[in-house]
Order: sequence, then structure tokens, then C-alpha cells
Amino acid sequence: MVTSPAKTDLPSKKDRAGRFVLEDVSVSYGNEKALEAVSFYIEPHKVTAMIGPSGCGKSTLLRCLNRMNDAIDNVKVGGKIMLNDKDIYQKAVDPVSLRMYVGQVFQRPNPFPLSIYDNVAFGPRTQGIRKKAELDQIVEDSLKKAAIFDEVKKSLKKHAFELSGGQQQRLCIARALATKPGVLLMDEPCSALDPISTGMIEETVQQLKESMTVVMVTHNMQQAARVSDTTVFLLRESMEEPAGLVEVAETSTLFTAPRDKRTENYITGRFG
Amino acid sequence: MSGSKRKEVITFSDYDSRGARRVEAIVRTFTMIVTIAMMTLVLFLLAYLFVRGVGSINWQFLSDIPRDRMTGGGIWPAIAGTLWLIALVSAFALPIGIATGIYLAEIAKPSRPVRVLRVAIANMAGVPSVVYGLFGFAAFSLALGFGKSLLAMGLTLACVTLPVVITATEEALKQIPNEQRQAAMALGCTRARTLGKVILPTALPGILTGAILGLSRAAGETAPILFTGVAFFAPVATDVMQPSMALPYHLYIMATQPTTPAPHIVWGTALVLTGMLSITNAAIATWRSAKRRKLQW
Ligand SMILES: Nc1ncnc2c1ncn2[C@@H]1O[C@H](COP(=O)(O)OP(=O)(O)O)[C@@H](O)[C@H]1O
Ligand SMILES: [Mg+2]
Repeated sequence: MVTSPAKTDLPSKKDRAGRFVLEDVSVSYGNEKALEAVSFYIEPHKVTAMIGPSGCGKSTLLRCLNRMNDAIDNVKVGGKIMLNDKDIYQKAVDPVSLRMYVGQVFQRPNPFPLSIYDNVAFGPRTQGIRKKAELDQIVEDSLKKAAIFDEVKKSLKKHAFELSGGQQQRLCIARALATKPGVLLMDEPCSALDPISTGMIEETVQQLKESMTVVMVTHNMQQAARVSDTTVFLLRESMEEPAGLVEVAETSTLFTAPRDKRTENYITGRFG
Repeated sequence: MSGSKRKEVITFSDYDSRGARRVEAIVRTFTMIVTIAMMTLVLFLLAYLFVRGVGSINWQFLSDIPRDRMTGGGIWPAIAGTLWLIALVSAFALPIGIATGIYLAEIAKPSRPVRVLRVAIANMAGVPSVVYGLFGFAAFSLALGFGKSLLAMGLTLACVTLPVVITATEEALKQIPNEQRQAAMALGCTRARTLGKVILPTALPGILTGAILGLSRAAGETAPILFTGVAFFAPVATDVMQPSMALPYHLYIMATQPTTPAPHIVWGTALVLTGMLSITNAAIATWRSAKRRKLQW
């Protein structure tokens, strides 16, 4: 199922965009295997969409990429996940440092109960940045990248909970960008939002790939078609067996000429 | 339910909600009456206490020692004793209680010993306070040799307060949505930093409310200090190894003295004790609601 050769250069100091190689990845929760035999590449400076019916393991797989699974009891991850040629599940890996490089935006906006400014400055402060001028700059840049700066520039001291849902989600994107990640994971970031906010976030994602790699889970096929370069289709065919990877392809190919019958059925709305 | 006097309603389907609405009206009226009755009772109690007690309150009453074989003078040693006890209970019960609550809510993985601990804490909350008094006497006064002292009383009252503080801490921490923990973790926070920078600041109002509630319960208890060091009459303590007077006990003995009746001291003491606790509770409630307003998950 591997679709492209692994001969991309490692990110240089300037180019931080990350590259993942997944080899035979499987995940189980306790005794139940949720995901099995998943292998594919995630290329730098691309938006990779993960689609599939709910319960097919999209979030599970995404959580492997920054080891957010570590917080769940009884999770077992098998196979190999290489990020920039380093196995992120090796014993010696520092998961905190990994998460500073692989940021995440969640399904429901989850700002901290702090001001807009403090939300965005949270990550940099965790990294030890204390200088006001430097923080100011990071906050402004991040809010701009997340296309929310103009709406909040006059009220950075305002409590984040006073923003609308769509603004809160863009604030969460800004917060994730402030740690200068090389990869941004997004788990159905628009599923709780209105079409206008959704449009703004999709536009943001397009721009983000200039400086990083984006992996986006979505249950919305139109969205995958609009924003992604590569699409990964996961499917759990029955409750008795784990989900697996059906097809990975360039997005335009996957939606116009799927190789697998199951992909075709899914994108034409015949199941899921 | 004869239906003879039923008001005509216009319906659009076979369903007619008059029955359901009547039930709703009954529930609403009933709960409202009960609430008003309760509030009246509490207000009456406070007003009665105030009317009976306010005449006794003056500077001498608050600052003098009891005089004339306990029929005159003031209650300052009892006030000071209660303040001492509040300080001691805070020093023991808050750190231990909050730490245990954090452990149970944030750190402990579900396991047998943890379940046993939870059951033990729940049972601690159900132990009658006079039993704590007995336990405190055996453990702190005798076994540890603290005798009849503020220290023995403070430790005993801390045991009474501990389950309240633990439970309040655990509940306040559980109120915080998991998404907050995930957000911090995804930004590269360790567990400790997540706790210190996100979880605890948010949970603090809840934790403190529980803690203050527990403290004021403790400050009003008589039974736990009965055997561990409360004095009928003692000067203001200068260190924790001395016995001391305390407001609830002073109230108790003054109210049960058959020979030298001094009702103005009884009511004055009751008002001072209640006033001290109500003012603290009201202050913490105000502070909390100001902080809470911003937290609508
Ligand atoms: N924390 C968890 N504990 C146990 N099982 C889980 C957990 N999260 C997900 N699962 C199971 O893993 C499977 C995939 O779930 P998920 O990754 O959330 O799918 P998706 O995001 O595609 O809807 C489901 O069967 C789900 O029940
Ligand atoms: Mg999901």
C-alpha cells in the first residue's frame, strides 16, 4: 500500500515540515484491536486527509502521530511510525518534545480559560520564552496565520470564552502554531462549526502547508477533496475485525478514479 | 378530575398536554413552597439569633476574659481559641486533603488500593464527630503524648475536615473537561505543568469552597475537642501545647450551666460564632461566583 518512495530529504533548519512513514501500524485498546496493518507515507508540505466512516480509527491513528495515545489506559501501538527517520515509539523518545513539534487541533474548540493572548502564549511560555517583545511577536504572527488577528487585535486581553465557536477554533489553531510545529494534526476541526468559519479554516490550512505538514481527519468528503493533496481512506468492514487502510492516493485521483471498489462505494455514498 | 370544568384548548394533534402541564404546575408549586419555607426558617433563625445576641456585643465582650464566675466580662479567650483551631486545621487538613484529592483525581490509576482508599474516605465522612473525639484522645492526646492541647484538638478536627477537603478537591478537578488536559498535553506540557498551569488554577475556586466549608464545620464542632484539650476556662494560649477555650464549647457550657445563668453570654457567643463562619462563607461564595461567571464549559 506504500505509494511513494521514501527519498525525501530531511527537513533542514529552515524547513521544519515533517515527514511520516507508517509501517504496518496497528492499535489495540485492551483486548480489542481497533486498527491493523496500516502503512503509508505522509509527505512534507502536503495536506493529507484521512477519511472513512465513524469508528474506522481515524482519530486513533491521528493520536499515534503525536503519541497522545499515551494518556489512554491499555492502548498498544504496534508496527513502526517514523518521523523524519526517527521511530517515535522508541523507548528513548521524549514525547513532550515530540508534541512540541507535532501540534494538534481538536474536534471541539478547547481554549484555556485565559485571555486570548495568554492562550496563544501558553505554548511558547512552556518552551521557556519569557521576553514580552518576543511573545508579542509570536502571538501576533500566530493569530495572523490562523486568520483571526484582525478580529481580535483590539481585544487580546479578552477572555477566550467570549469568542464564538468558529473564532475559538481559529484561536486554538493559533495556539498550536505558536510552538512553531513542523506538523499540524487536525481531528475534524470543522465538525462543530458553521460554513463560514469552516471556509476560513480551510483557507488557513492551504496556507499552512507552505511551512509545515498538515494531517487532517474529516468525515466530510467534500472537505477532503477541497483541501487535501493526498487522501487516506480507512474502513472497518465489520465489528468483528479491526479497521484497515483501503487506499491512499493523490486526492484528485482517489475521488475521480478510485482503485478499490470499497473506496468507490464510499465516495459515491453507498455506505458509511 | 371530573373534566366538567376543563378549559377548552385548541389542539393540533390527538395529544393533549393538559395532564402533563398540571403535573408540572404541581411540581413547581411544591418545590417553591418547600424552598420558601426553608428560607424563612433559616432567615428566622438568623434574625432570632441576631436579635437575642446583638445586645451583648460590645468591645468588652469581644476583647475581655470571662469575669464574675463566668457571668460577665467577655469571650476573647474562646474567640482566640477558635481562631487558633482554624489556623491549625488549615495547616494540617488543607495540604493533606488537597494533595490526596489531586492524587485521586489526576494521578491514581483505577486499582484495588485506590478503590479501598475512596471507600475509606467516604466512611470517614460518615463517622460521628464524637467518635473522632475519642479517636483523637487515644491517638493524639495519649499515644502521641500531646495531652490536652491545641495541637491535639487541631489534629482531631483536621481528621473531621479531611474527607470534606478531599472530596471537594476531587470533585472540583473532575469538573474540568478532559479536552483541557488534552490541549495542554498537545502543546508539550508535562503532567505536572498541565496540573499547575491549567487544571489547578481553574479548579481553585471549587477546591477552596469545599475547603472553607470543611473548615467552618470543624470550627463549629464541640465533640471532637471535648476530650482533647478544650477548657472551661483558660487564658489565651501562647503555644500549641496549651489547652484552650473555644467558642462552640463555651456556648455549650454556658447554655448548660444550671447555677449561674447568663443568657446574654450564651446568645452573644452564638452570634459571634455564627457571624464569623457566615462572613467567611459569604466572602468565599462571592469570590467564587465572580470567578465562575467566566467558566461556562
Ligand atoms: N479511548 C478509547 N478506548 C477504547 N476504545 C476506543 C477509544 N477510542 C476509540 N476507541 C475505539 O476505537 C475504534 C476507532 O475509534 P476512533 O479512532 O475514534 O474512530 P473515528 O475517529 O474514525 O471515528 C472504535 O471502535 C472505538 O470504539
Ligand atoms: Mg474521531
